[in-house]
Amino acid sequence: MADGRAVVRVGDLHKSFGDLEVVRGVNFEIHEGEVVVMFGRSGAGKSTVLRCINFLEDPTSGYVEVDGIRLTGGHRTRSKREQIRQLRIKTGMVFQQFNLFPHMTALQNVMEGPVSVKGFPHSQVRERGMYLLGKVGLADKADEHPIRLSGGQQQRVAIARALAMDPKVMLFDEPTSALDPELIGEVLAVMRELATSGMTMIVVTHEMGFAREVAHRMMFFAEGVILEEGTPEQMFEHTRFPETRKFLDAVL
Amino acid sequence: MEGEPAGSGATPPPDPFAPRSHRFWDRIERLSMRIPFRLKLAAVWVGIFVILGALFAAVKFDTGWMRDHAWFIIRGVWVTVFIAAVSIFFSIILALLGALGRLSKNPVAYGVAGFYTSFFRGTPLIVQLFLWYLGMAQIGDNLGGTWRTLLVWSAVQAGIVGLSLNYGAYMTEIFRAGIQSVPHGQSEAAEALGMAYRQRMRRVVLPQAFRVIVPPTGNEFIAMMKDTALISLLGTSMGWADPFRRGTLLGRADARSLEALVVAAMVYWILTAIFSFFQRKLENRLAKGYVRQVAGPERKPRFISGSAGGGYGGGGMMVQVPAPDTSEEEVEPDG
Repeated sequence: MADGRAVVRVGDLHKSFGDLEVVRGVNFEIHEGEVVVMFGRSGAGKSTVLRCINFLEDPTSGYVEVDGIRLTGGHRTRSKREQIRQLRIKTGMVFQQFNLFPHMTALQNVMEGPVSVKGFPHSQVRERGMYLLGKVGLADKADEHPIRLSGGQQQRVAIARALAMDPKVMLFDEPTSALDPELIGEVLAVMRELATSGMTMIVVTHEMGFAREVAHRMMFFAEGVILEEGTPEQMFEHTRFPETRKFLDAVL
Repeated sequence: MEGEPAGSGATPPPDPFAPRSHRFWDRIERLSMRIPFRLKLAAVWVGIFVILGALFAAVKFDTGWMRDHAWFIIRGVWVTVFIAAVSIFFSIILALLGALGRLSKNPVAYGVAGFYTSFFRGTPLIVQLFLWYLGMAQIGDNLGGTWRTLLVWSAVQAGIVGLSLNYGAYMTEIFRAGIQSVPHGQSEAAEALGMAYRQRMRRVVLPQAFRVIVPPTGNEFIAMMKDTALISLLGTSMGWADPFRRGTLLGRADARSLEALVVAAMVYWILTAIFSFFQRKLENRLAKGYVRQVAGPERKPRFISGSAGGGYGGGGMMVQVPAPDTSEEEVEPDG
């Protein structure tokens, strides 16, 4: 996997909120088809790094590159905004709180991106939308509004919505943290299948079972840097840092 | 206890040692309890009208004149509705632009919107109306040329401009609050899909803000219908005379101002009552789409008697007040 072409590159990424520096120099490359799990204590900067990749947060310094589009933070001119938009089209994002559009049905949620951003014809997008809803196991809920779906179902629709844009990389920001325990499994199953299909994925999660089984690489974040990274086996069996060990012991 | 439902039988028997007056009021109260609230409310309204009617009769209210001339006054109602409808249309556009300006990071948009809301909310509507009516004409006069005719507005034109701008400024706040009520995650999700600002607003944020914006906008429309009466003070022509203007003119001419103004007031009152009714309906409909439709309690098994664990926790409520038709199912021995 690691010999594929780099889809995401992050170089010397820093991010401060006021006086608080949350991300303090992060570097990594993620290759095509790779599944990377980021973990660590809350406040360690993993979610912020993820949100910097599609510029939902503006990097204070450093660069982000997605599929050949390399951008830095700072003032957003008209052309910069357009570049950011192009970068976002290449990335799919799944949020902790799902953030489905409540005034649209499940299918309309999935169709929204391709129709209004890419300008694809309705009929074609509808067909693909139904296919994607089928893939996440919700074809029968296509005409339901999000409010009538369970949290797990909403998150699966959100995954389908992100996939509808044919992203080069999928970003998952704690996709199961807001779910009731019995609903976590169905979302992880969809993500597992997505990983098997060769999708490049960056997942911020505390689901260590999922990480062990699906991740190619794991990154442990502590105090705004990647303290340690390696294969799940390396991380679970031969941690180099006591901090990592301590965290793993706590969550496992 | 004969015939009385078990639930309401909680009223204690009258206290034989209570003072007489006390017992009297007790009896009144117990009697009153049997009359539905709506019926009592209707009685109160009827009472108010009877008192008012008696008062008017006492001051030699000329009902005959009212009957003969009411139609003349009522006929002006289309002016009210027309001006309010046109003005609310423009003020909605202004409010939307104002709100987007107030939420913009662009200093020009933010500044212009700030000036707009500050000035038009900070000065009396009646002053603004006269500014548009008299002030603009004077500007046109000073500029000369085509301006002279272009800026001389009729009372109705000046009124529509004045009402639109004034209400637009107030409604800017309604729209701003509506847009801000949409959770930030919605905007983020749209951004993550690659939607540009306009798409985000049009497809995601505004449709959701709409639900919050519509009810208070309805209120503004109702308020505006009443404020259209102010335009009369600019001296509208008879062709554009609203109920208020018709009432004052006719009332003065016939020395029946009280009767004429009561008719005019009734016109506005009925008008706002009608629109309030529709507004409430619309409000309910907008709320419905977002309320989760939970299966009603009647669809659940009402009672699981004898089942292990006692069934639903809520069942306890039903035990206290067993309805007559469920009493057969219950195996609970009742004393």
